[in-house]
This record gives sequence, C-alpha cells and structure tokens, in this order.
Amino acid sequence: MAGHVDTSKGLPSHPERATLEGKNKFLGFWFFLGGETILFATFFGTYLGLRNGIADGPSSQEMFHLPLVFIMTMLLLTSSLTSVLAMFAMKKNNFRAFKVWMWITVLLGLSFLGFEIYEFYEYVHQGFGFTTSAFSSSFYSLVGLHGAHVAFGLSWIIVLLIRYNKSGITLTNAPKFYVAGLYWHFIDVVWVFIFTVVYLMGVGGH
Amino acid sequence: MAAQKQEKSVIWDWLTTVDHKKLGIMYLIAGTLFFVKAGVMALFMRIQLMYPEMNFLSGQTFNEFITMHGTIMLFLAATPLLFAFMNYVIPLQIGARDVAFPFVNALGFWIFFAGGLLLSLSWFFGGGPDAGWTAYVPLSSRDYAGVGLDFYVLGLQVSGIGTLISAINFLVTIINMRAPGMTMMRLPLFVWTSFISSTLILFAFTPLAAGLALLMLDRIFGAQFFIPSMGGNTVLWQHIFWIFGHPEVYILVLPAFGIISEVIPAFSRKRLFGYTAMVFATMIIAFLGFMVWAHHMFTVGMGPVANSIFAIATMTIAVPTGIKIFNWLFTMWGGKITFNTAMLFASSFVPTFVLGGVTGVMLAMAPVDYLYHDTYFVVAHFHYIIVGGIVLALFAGLFYWYPKMFGHMLNETLGKLFFWIFYIGFHLTFFVQHLLGLMGMPRRVYTYLGDQGLDTFNFISTIGTFFMSAGVILLVINVIYSAFKGERVTVADPWDARTLEWAVPTPVPEYNFAQTPQVRSLDPLFYEKIHGDGTMKPAEPIQPIHMPNGSILPLIISIGLFFAGLGFIMMNMDNPIINPWIVAIGGLVITFGSMFVRSVKEDHGYYVPVEQVKADLKKGGN
Ligand code: HEM
Ligand SMILES: [Cu+2]
Repeated sequence: MAGHVDTSKGLPSHPERATLEGKNKFLGFWFFLGGETILFATFFGTYLGLRNGIADGPSSQEMFHLPLVFIMTMLLLTSSLTSVLAMFAMKKNNFRAFKVWMWITVLLGLSFLGFEIYEFYEYVHQGFGFTTSAFSSSFYSLVGLHGAHVAFGLSWIIVLLIRYNKSGITLTNAPKFYVAGLYWHFIDVVWVFIFTVVYLMGVGGH
Repeated sequence: MAAQKQEKSVIWDWLTTVDHKKLGIMYLIAGTLFFVKAGVMALFMRIQLMYPEMNFLSGQTFNEFITMHGTIMLFLAATPLLFAFMNYVIPLQIGARDVAFPFVNALGFWIFFAGGLLLSLSWFFGGGPDAGWTAYVPLSSRDYAGVGLDFYVLGLQVSGIGTLISAINFLVTIINMRAPGMTMMRLPLFVWTSFISSTLILFAFTPLAAGLALLMLDRIFGAQFFIPSMGGNTVLWQHIFWIFGHPEVYILVLPAFGIISEVIPAFSRKRLFGYTAMVFATMIIAFLGFMVWAHHMFTVGMGPVANSIFAIATMTIAVPTGIKIFNWLFTMWGGKITFNTAMLFASSFVPTFVLGGVTGVMLAMAPVDYLYHDTYFVVAHFHYIIVGGIVLALFAGLFYWYPKMFGHMLNETLGKLFFWIFYIGFHLTFFVQHLLGLMGMPRRVYTYLGDQGLDTFNFISTIGTFFMSAGVILLVINVIYSAFKGERVTVADPWDARTLEWAVPTPVPEYNFAQTPQVRSLDPLFYEKIHGDGTMKPAEPIQPIHMPNGSILPLIISIGLFFAGLGFIMMNMDNPIINPWIVAIGGLVITFGSMFVRSVKEDHGYYVPVEQVKADLKKGGN
C-alpha cells in the first residue's frame, strides 16, 4: 500500500496520485481548501460589512496606493506561473528544472511578502493602525490572514525543497510537492479577490 | 519491508495509538466525562429553579453554568460521542482496514481534548464564561465579560480545529477506502449521514473559527469589529455565529438519524424502507440547514422580507424530515420487532423528535416568534431535539454497538429500567417547559417570583431531572456490572444483523478484515445470509497487511496548542505569573516543531505477517 514502488524505470504519468496514500492526500487537501475558502469568505464578508465603518479614522480612498498593490499582484501571479512550470518539470521527471522553478517561486513569494510588510508599516506610520476603526481591523485581518498564508506556504515549500534536495522525484514526495503547489495557487486566487474587493473597490466606488 | 510491531506498555500504547477503534473508545470516555459534567450543571440549575426565589446558586454562577452547560454539551459531549461511533464503526461498515489518515485521526482526538481542558480551566481563573453559549456581543465584549470568556473563545477555537481535521479524515475515508463493491448507494445510512455531517462540519466550523478569531482580536488585541462607536457591528456576530450555529444542530442530528436507521431495521428484521429517499432527504436537509440561519434572528430587526424568506426556508425542512419519519415507521410496519433496550431507545426517538420538529415549525413563524423568543418554549423545543433526538440515539447506538466494542453485552433488565426512568424523566422535565414558555417565563433567568403561576411546572420540571439523573446512574451501574458479570460475546454477529461491522470477529483484530470483503449488495452481511453461506467472500488473497505505527506526536502537538491558547488567554489576565507571550509562542513552537518533525521524518509503518493473519483467522473462526 505504501509508496515503495521502484521508480528507477521512470515515474507513472501522475506520480502524485499513483498510490492510495497519494490519492488520500490529494482528496483530503481539496477538502481542506474547501474549508479555507469558507474561512476567507467569512473574512471577506466581515470586510464588506465593515468597510464603511471608519469611525474617525482614514477611509480606503485616503489610504490605498494602487501602483504598489499592482506590483505585488504581478509578483504573485508570476509565482503561480513558475510553480506550474515546476509541476510540468516534475511530470517530465526533470528534477533539476523542477528545483529551479520552485526556488524562483519562493523568491517571488518572498518579495511579495516584503512589499506587504512595507505597505502595512507605511499605513501604520500614517495613523491607520489595527485598532483605528472597524474598517482598519477588518482590512488588516483579511489581508493579514492572506499574508500569513503566504508565509506558511513559503516555509512549507522551502522545507520540502531542502528535505528532498538530493532525493529526486519519488512516489513519496511527488504528492507532497503537488499539494504544496496547489496551496500556492489557492493563495494566488485569494489574492485576486483581495485585489478586486479590497483595493479596486476601495479606491473606486462604494 | 518495514519492521514488525513492537510491544509497548498499556498506557504508552493508548497515548500513541492511531487505531480508529481505540480512538473511538477514547472519544466515548472523554465525551461521557464531559456529558456528566454538563449534566451535573443542568441538575444544579434545575435545583435552583425548583422553587421561586431560591438561593442555591448565585445569579453569576447560574450564568456561568448555563453557558458552560450549553457549550460543553454541544461541543464536548454530543459531538465527541457521535465521533466515538463514527470512528469505531465507519471503517468497519465500509470494509476498510483503517481510516485514510490514522495520524490525523489521533491528532483530531487530542486537539479536541486539549481544547476541552482549556475551556474547563476557566473555573480556576476567576469563573467560567457567562454570556451564554451564543456569546452575543456586547455581552461577550471586554467591557462586560471577564477572562472566562477568553477561555470560551480559545478553548472552542482549539477544539474546533480537532473537529475539523477529523471531519476531513472521515470524508476521505468514506470516498477512498471502501471495499470492492461497496458503492456509494450501498453505504449504510450511518455512513451516509456521517459523511454529510462531516461536510457540514467543514463548511460550518470554518465560519465559527473565523468568528471566534474576530472576537479574540476584539477582546485581546483591541480590534473594533463589534464596537459600534468605532464603526463595528454587533449583528455581524449573530450572522456569523448562526451560519455556524444552525448547521451545528444538523451536524449532531444527522448521524443520530443514521444510528436510528441502523438500529430500527436490525431489530425489525426488515430492510430499511426507502433507502434512496433517505439518502436524498439527508442531502436536502443538509443543504437547507445552511439557508435558514437567520430564523434565530427574527427579533433583531431584519425586516419583514428577510424574516419571511427565512421563515419559509425553515418550514421547508419539515418535508425531507417527514420523509425520514415515515420511512422509519414503514420499516417497523409489519416487521418482527424485538424490543430490547437499543430498539426501545430507537423507536421512542421517533415521537419525541416529531414533537421537537412541530415546535420548530411553530418557532419558524416569524410574527409568533416575537412571543416565543427567549422563553422556555425555546428551551423545551431544542431539548426535545437534542435530548429526545440526539441523546436517545446515542443510547440506542451504545446498546447496539457495545458488544462489538467491548466484547460483552450490557444487561438488558438494567437497560430497560434505565430507558423507562430516563424517558419518563425526559418528558417530565421538558414537556412542561413548553407551558412555562407560553406563560411567559423567560429563558436564562436564575430565578422567578412566586404567585405567578410558574411554581408547579418548574417543580415538576426539576423532579424530571432527578429521574433522568437516576437513569444515567443506572447506566453507569450497568456498565460496571456488565464488565464483570455481563454475557461475554465471542461471536461476530450477536444481533443477527445486516452490515459489515458484524462480519469481523469479536474482539476486532487491529487490521479489521483479514481479507477485504467483496460486497455484493446493500446490507451485505444480510445478503450473504440469504444468498450465500452467511460469510463474506474475500476480495483478495491472504497477504501481509500494512499498518501505520503509533506516534506520540499528536499528543505533543495538542499540548503545544493548549499552551498557545493559554498564552493568549493570559494576555487578558490581571497579573499573569509568566509573560503570556512566552507561553503563547512556546506553545506554537512546540506545535509547529512537532509538525515539522512529522513532515520530514518518514514513517513507513509495519506489516502484519501472513502467518499471524492465518493464526488469527483460526482463532476468530470467521
Ligand atoms: C439531559 C438533561 C438536561 C437538562 C436537565 C438540561 C437543562 C438545561 C437548562 C436548565 C438550561 C437553561 C435554560 C435557559 O434558562 O435558557 C439548558 C440550556 C441549554 N442546554 Fe440543556 N439540559 C439537558 C441536556 C442537554 C443536552 C444533552 C444538550 C446538548 C447536547 C443541551 C444543550 C443546551 C443548550 C445549548 C442550552 C442553551 C444554553 C444557553 O442558553 O446558553 N442540554 N439546559
Ligand atoms: Cu436554527
């Protein structure tokens, strides 16, 4: 049952789902993402409900700065692309190319995170803190929750890359990499919503 | 091939086990402890309400008891008791050797338990939470509620994580681990309802987790979500809470339906009437369960349009529920019924649940709800559902599966006595509460004045509670008595039942099935009794069986979460002994550290060799 299949003759076409263990992980992960979706949906709902609750604090129009957010969006979208290229490399059993694409993904993610920290730092500096208003609380918790996901995803991928640096692609680690890749796409999709709902709507209309 | 299993001490074995059967028993024990604890609180509350203007409990203590009673019963008693049966029975009923993620399964148990302990610690730090199990803001805000409420928030947050990951484990197990021939439309109803209930957990516990996080941020880190003067909104909490809270009722009651749908056919000697209708009714109930949350908020001022929509959506649930009720009745109709204790509980479930359903439809009429809202009518309604539904089903399941789980029967005489005392006590307690509600007695009050016509019914209600308590004591006596004197069970199938859990030997070997069975029909064991030689045909040759190793990591991870939660709580304490950040971060380091160890250390499990499987087969004789 476990993944001790001889891989020297090449991998099956879907190494991430070739064993029952892999299949279970795969399905379990989709359910997990279902739960995550609801989690984010609740935070989005809270944000939408409270985004006009600015009390005496600044409003979204006063704070948000689109060029910076645009760069962040580009970084994250590109990182999704590079992680897809990594998965292609995995299917071709090209471990070296896989590792290169994955590390590029990690770098892009790290720079996204850096910009986000810079953004938060600037806002707080300008008097828009976590406790300023219901709007600010809901903004920081929604975007911060996403940021925490990015940080977790990055550490996860880095640990896998270091752990399996020398092992090549096997039936044991293929599901792990694949699932981490899925997680990364999920983070990306959530960001697209944040970009639209928080930033575009925040700068534009009501 | 990996190493063989090593011998360990008994305690170590239970602390590190990843066996779904042992975890089932652990859920049973933990759930029972919490059930008794919350039950004693209920008894105390009823004693306080026995006479007008009693001084048995102070108002503050009463509020803490009410909150803890409701919270513990729902999260730490009913849910784990159902999980106990799900864990033990689901893999057996679908013909699986194990669950999909044995490690996650153990983790789920320990995290739930750590959260429960955290919640219970509140008594030692200035009193329990006191804002009701719904923790409505502003009652639960920092201005009104003390550190007890932080225990509520973080205790539930932690134990909720455990419930969530267990649900994912059940979902994957049911989809991926079924024996050959066990199609989705051959799943026993208990498996079906557990499956749907797990889906509900996935989609309902996540909003709860979000809501609790928001409340924690408000209370501990000064966020403004629920502070109107800072732009916050209190009704937002109610929406988030009930988007979780209403499905929660179905999370509990659907598996209870499942148990009833197993027990009634087994002791009516008939197949379940309308299997397909039962499956689809379950799905429809689950779907509608998410559409009706605001029927708890009719009096909040949502306006007539919203109120009407939610009222109608709520009443629609009566249709699939009615289908189920009639299917159970038709199953019993013309059957050769054996009224043993399990069947007594299962069949008496039907009328009590109907009564709870009828008062539910009454409550769903928005205009009239202005009358019922927050009166004892509501208390009567939900206890008819919860005790008359879920608890009766749990007792039915206990008497039904006990021989498989523990290798001996429970005593039938004591069991029947228990049933009658409990059942009479139940109606004495809760029936009159409908009348109290109609007479205007509000819920969540710690006392009332004399001469308002409320004395008699309150007195009767408390007497009923004594009956129920006596019943539960009888059950405990029964369990102890039967452990020593009860009839031993070594046969696989003491009830002459229908489903696969009765095809494995008693006691169940750790790998469940020596050979995965070939399923040929709904009610597979019964099918083989009629069309075959009464035993399941194997779907595979005898071969070495791969099993997972035990691990202490689930326990350590949950200890980490316990301290992480405690650290956050300490941030609201007046003079914590240690810096709270040290506790919180230390806890998180333990948790993530052991998760890290788990993910980089590969554990390939071990194999049960063919000779041992063969030896077991000879011994088990099945
Ligand atoms: C078996 C005997 C039981 C008795 C005598 C009992 C008694 C009570 C009493 C006196 C209250 C307070 C009512 C009020 O003033 O609002 C209450 C509330 C409640 N009970 Fe029970 N109960 C029992 C079983 C259960 C069970 C098994 C559950 C759930 C699994 C449960 C769930 C609740 C909930 C959710 C509340 C509402 C708490 C709140 O308002 O915050 N009860 N019960
Ligand atoms: Cu409801």
